[in-house]
Amino acid sequence: MANPTRIERTSDRELVVTRTFDGPPRIVFEAWTTPELMKQWWAPRSIGVPLLSCEMDVRTGGGYRLAFGQDEASAFAFYGKYLEVTPPSRLVWTNEEDEDGAVTTVTFEERDGKTFLTVHELYPSEAALEAGHGAEEGLPEQFEQLDELLARLTEKA
Amino acid sequence: MVQCSPAHLDASFSALSDATRRGVLEQLGRSDASITELADKFHMTLTGMKKHVGVLEHAGFVTTEKIGRVRRCRLGRRRLEQEAAWIETYRQLWAARFDALDQVVENLKLREQTDG
Repeated sequence: MANPTRIERTSDRELVVTRTFDGPPRIVFEAWTTPELMKQWWAPRSIGVPLLSCEMDVRTGGGYRLAFGQDEASAFAFYGKYLEVTPPSRLVWTNEEDEDGAVTTVTFEERDGKTFLTVHELYPSEAALEAGHGAEEGLPEQFEQLDELLARLTEKA
Repeated sequence: MVQCSPAHLDASFSALSDATRRGVLEQLGRSDASITELADKFHMTLTGMKKHVGVLEHAGFVTTEKIGRVRRCRLGRRRLEQEAAWIETYRQLWAARFDALDQVVENLKLREQTDG
């Protein structure tokens, strides 16, 4: 049984995701900062869109670029730069693909040999947070995800 | 999290599966409107728009009220549930990622043991 993933909207502009991993921070940190390893988990098959490429210059001021899509023609990219890289406890990066991009802070805390991981996203505005996740605007991608969620919920019922 | 029966969800998702209906919600997010105004906006017949609004109303996304001869539409209470639903979708994305990350962490632990 996997450890539970929790999510909380802590303010109008902030989302926090937490999860415990059965390994020390140095290992979990490595998985977040090594492109070959990111490729193995950042875009799991269930989300339906493969990660085509993953470039990461993991140091303060360094850039990253992740391209998703079925092929190069339909690819869309997420990119930004690292504001802070402190192994093995803290990563901060910007999301610059559009003006609504969040600043993401990931912390890796050691707890009894395990890692308590926190992903904190701070959006420039409430509207940006909601736009980013299709709360009202309803981007097609998000509705597809909702469809998948519905399918899974229906299966369970 | 969200307490939703599958039938309830079904109505919501089919209501949202149509581009015009999503446009109507977006529009009503900006301001209330009459069916006539919505029909004009989306270049539809009054009957066509009534149908769309009916589906959204049934799913709880929109409420309507007849004032004189005009039916006003506004966003319904389901907006909150809608928000809970997208947060749940987002949580599931992270949960799927993290389940895959568990495997990566296991592999790295094994590698450390092997390397001594």
